[in-house]
Amino acid sequence: MEKFLQRIFSKEPSSADRAKDRLRLVLINDRTDLSGAALENLKDDLLEVLSRYIQIDPDRMQIDITQDGRQQRLIADIPISGPVSRKY
Amino acid sequence: MSAKVITITSGKGGVGKTTATANIGAALAKNGQRVACIDADIGLRNLDVVMGLENRIVYDLVDAVEGRCRLSQAMIKDKHIPDLYLIPSAQTRDKTAVSPSDMIRLCDELRPDLDWILVDSPAGIERGFKNAIAPADQVIVVTNPEVSAVRDADRIIGIVEAEEKGTPKLLINRLNPEMVRQNNMLSADDVVDLLAIHLLGIVPEDKNVIISTNQGIPIALDGKSQAGQAYRNIARRIQGEEVPLMDLDKGSGFFNRISSVFGSGD
Repeated sequence: MEKFLQRIFSKEPSSADRAKDRLRLVLINDRTDLSGAALENLKDDLLEVLSRYIQIDPDRMQIDITQDGRQQRLIADIPISGPVSRKY
Repeated sequence: MSAKVITITSGKGGVGKTTATANIGAALAKNGQRVACIDADIGLRNLDVVMGLENRIVYDLVDAVEGRCRLSQAMIKDKHIPDLYLIPSAQTRDKTAVSPSDMIRLCDELRPDLDWILVDSPAGIERGFKNAIAPADQVIVVTNPEVSAVRDADRIIGIVEAEEKGTPKLLINRLNPEMVRQNNMLSADDVVDLLAIHLLGIVPEDKNVIISTNQGIPIALDGKSQAGQAYRNIARRIQGEEVPLMDLDKGSGFFNRISSVFGSGD
């Protein structure tokens, strides 16, 4: 309730919220040994491979690592726009 | 009966491992348990001063391991509580004086005559830490609700799991309920959410901890302080009792809480 009220009355996220958000990312990096930049590369590579088989709109593709207890999960949500157009 | 070995560790230094070891030991012994606390921080001995036993040291852990004394001679009897013992660390500079197998052997020798053996681990993830967790049946990770301590705790939990010591239990130390209310400190729920391990207890920030440590008397023996109560609860949970978490919001009524939201509370 208090946290809720506080959120309404202040525009800035509280320092505790900032700490939690930052830690969430740091812990995922530490646990997977995968930096933010490496994750971006992984997305690019995935996109390249998948595009050989299906049509993908890169802007609608979502790939993230989420925490599930002490396990990390790579979650990919990739809408398919259609088959790759064949040239023959 | 054979004693269980519990190692208290943290990764980051200064979060309160030694204080936690002394107090959990004291609280368990107060409940009639036979307890030995081992200081595994070789070169940086400290559990002796926190327990108030620094003037009674004749032999230490390294003396016992290297056979200069019998193990029982390195066990210092506590001043306040019967059946509480300390095996102090050595001030030697040679950190390799003790090995993980030495620690296992030493604890196995102690097990038949005790209920609990608490091992106070040094900070870090090196030899001293490996020594400390080698004999452990159970590991307690101490952290503060603060970014660097939580991050290091997560690393330590990963290592303990990789060493097949099971998932450690969490002790959150120095939580300031007022700062949590103002949303300026990670709450216990936040920390548990991030680390995803079982919470053993929360010890609130309490100036009485410093006062009692100055005197060499564990805060767990102070009937009135919140931190003392928190440690007694933790000891009971270790013994298998179900003890609900303390209400740390005591003394802050609804109006205090509302006014603190609007920035006028203290």
